Amino acid sequence: MVTFKIERFNPDVDKAPYFQTYEVAAGKEMSVLEALFYVVENLDGSLAFRYSCRGAVCGSCAMRINGKNRLACQTLLKKLKSPVITVSPLPHLPIVKDLIVDMDHFFKNYEKIKPYLVNNTSAPEKERRQSILERAKIDEMIACILCGACFSACTVAATDKKFIGPAALTKAYRFWADSRDNLGDERLALVAGEHGALRCHTLFNCAEACPKNIVPTYSIQQLKGGLVKCRFSKPAK
Amino acid sequence: MGLHHQVIVVGAGLSGLRAALAAQQDGLDVAILSRVHPVRSHSIAAQGGINASLANAEGGRDDNWEKHAFDTIKGSDYLADQDAVEIMTKEAPGIVYEMEHWGTPFSRTIDGRIAQRPFGGAAFPRTCYAADITGHALLHTMYEKSVKEEIKVYEEYLLLSIVKHDNACVGIVALNINNGEIIAMSADAVIIASGGYGRIYGNSTNALINTGSGMAAAYLSAGVPLKDLEFVQFHPTSLYGTNILITEGARGEGGYLFNNRHERFMKNYAAKAMELAPRDIVARSIQTEINEGRCYNNAYVLLDLRHLGRKKIMERLPGIRDICLHFAGLDPINKPIPIQPGQHYSMGGIDTNANGETSLAGLFAAGEAACVSVHGGNRLGGNSLLDTIVFGKLSGHFASGYVKAKKKNAADQALQAELAKVKAKVSRLENSAGKENPAKVRSELKTTMMEEAGVFRTKAKLEAGLAKIKELKERYKQIHLLSKIKKYNLDLVRNLELEGKLALAEVIVLGALKREESRGSHFRTDYPTRNDEHWLKHTLAHHTESGPRLDYKAVTITRFRPQARTY
Repeated sequence: MVTFKIERFNPDVDKAPYFQTYEVAAGKEMSVLEALFYVVENLDGSLAFRYSCRGAVCGSCAMRINGKNRLACQTLLKKLKSPVITVSPLPHLPIVKDLIVDMDHFFKNYEKIKPYLVNNTSAPEKERRQSILERAKIDEMIACILCGACFSACTVAATDKKFIGPAALTKAYRFWADSRDNLGDERLALVAGEHGALRCHTLFNCAEACPKNIVPTYSIQQLKGGLVKCRFSKPAK
Repeated sequence: MGLHHQVIVVGAGLSGLRAALAAQQDGLDVAILSRVHPVRSHSIAAQGGINASLANAEGGRDDNWEKHAFDTIKGSDYLADQDAVEIMTKEAPGIVYEMEHWGTPFSRTIDGRIAQRPFGGAAFPRTCYAADITGHALLHTMYEKSVKEEIKVYEEYLLLSIVKHDNACVGIVALNINNGEIIAMSADAVIIASGGYGRIYGNSTNALINTGSGMAAAYLSAGVPLKDLEFVQFHPTSLYGTNILITEGARGEGGYLFNNRHERFMKNYAAKAMELAPRDIVARSIQTEINEGRCYNNAYVLLDLRHLGRKKIMERLPGIRDICLHFAGLDPINKPIPIQPGQHYSMGGIDTNANGETSLAGLFAAGEAACVSVHGGNRLGGNSLLDTIVFGKLSGHFASGYVKAKKKNAADQALQAELAKVKAKVSRLENSAGKENPAKVRSELKTTMMEEAGVFRTKAKLEAGLAKIKELKERYKQIHLLSKIKKYNLDLVRNLELEGKLALAEVIVLGALKREESRGSHFRTDYPTRNDEHWLKHTLAHHTESGPRLDYKAVTITRFRPQARTY
């Protein structure tokens, strides 16, 4: 048996979140997500959490497990090496119910950076050519699954509600660095200002939290460099 | 009246998003209703690639749509409708270029073109890929496009019923998972793009949300037939333990399959194509090795990538490596991967034509939820991503054509009546004092489907399966919920889905029992050969109170006469 301490909160009835303890009959290879299903099926049908792929690609089940933001599906109990496992929702996001958080704010930030390829030259009949090296520049960034683990781990995002955050900035870099995109400096303008890339304190919390081993700090630093260069080439009046 | 959209698309994976983009481009008011946020949809999990005869790869310069069509039809064991396959394979290059223009980060050739890799059942490297996260790359691009075009999405809604009036589809009834409210939405056309039912089976590569809710609603509430549901694809290589998909691209890049005697056993089953025979053949070969004991732990064989070397694995198969590291605790750079067949895809689905039209006016379907049929008895790897986008787009355009030509249909009463009916049903479920544990019903269904309707089937197994499903359907009526909470009631959601799963399972098993031949993924050890004389036809299952009623319809054959299928 493994003891699970799970944070519960239903804003319709509860005044504040509280922890509830469950004893889970854990199999050798059980993941935290499977343990949550065990609770729902055997102990408490009212527990709520998000799930979909159970293979660490859809980004549904990011939550805080033993003090770190992780994907529940990708976290095997045996790796936690802990007799008590504490599970709570992603911090710094409003709780919808139990382990489910409101991701609206996260996706609004994402939408701010024009998260799509822009190329205003007419499309060729076939593909736009891109060299292997050009494509390699964005290889790490395209693995992002938009789970929000980085955003929730970011202390700057926690204190500045307008900060675009590491996931959206990584996406911004992904398009800025894509040889097929020609929005150029306009992309930088989208991440300029006091709530943009320059706000990042390079604490690397985002990188530590990322379940896909992406280092958003790298993308953010590239954007910062671009912004500074822009400023030198076009001095402010 | 409450909510109305001209077109409602159910499902926000590749086919649903593409359908919505097409209909909105035609000037219609469109909304998507989805069980999850779009990027959580199961399209995200596709790995290996999307087929199109771009002729970019060395060794594939002679490729064209006809060769792609032939491979697809031969792969289907001649059950695919050849006119539909022609449409899909002709559209393929344009679809892939369009996705590239919208931003999909495909891997590249030395000269900067879209890279293509070999896949099973294809004569050429035809599968366009983005490393081994092609579904992820395509779904994110499609989602990005939908953000740009401001497509409206109702997130976290479960479809419960499709409403008809005057022999036309007039809307839907759905559960808002967030607050437990059951609502009716009227629409001039509805497109079902909610994917497959993989979670009926125990060992499945599918996302946990793949419960077939759209297929079930079309069958149970709209009364449209399901086609060829007995054709269930088992992917040869799912990770032992979790059954997470290990892409066919792993074999496309040169991976070997070994049994416990360190023998590349595919030489005994498909001497020419070896590991790159189509999925049905490789899955049966692996299952035979397992059944005959040339395996490990009575359960798996090995997929060996070690000879590909670190560089190739890191470049082409990084996602597979991550999956192995996290879920199996091994690194494929220095250890072979334990694999076994797992349910993967439904060739069957809602009966549609190539326009996405069903037998009910105003109801359309696309993607895995639909059966056009372009995959027939067995789908080739790389053809499902293609299917989702091609037929998503076409169904979106045909739905808008239908809406523009249609007369107004005063459907308010029909919607309210169906809403009341569904509310009463849900309330019965919520208040049931039955003794049955739903988790048990769900898990027995999964075991039954694996054992009685799996890779190898017999009359006796299928009959046992059918009897068990009938028993489970009775027991379902006696289940009780563990929670009556309104907000995010997973217990309620999963047990509403269970009703549809049971209905689909019954159709799969009955179709398989009646089809006394072996074709594609449907293999009857008591009828081990294909029988074109009697069975070159599609199964259609119609819902009745006493269970499915089956009839059949002809396969469209245009240019490729059925011939023996060897690899």
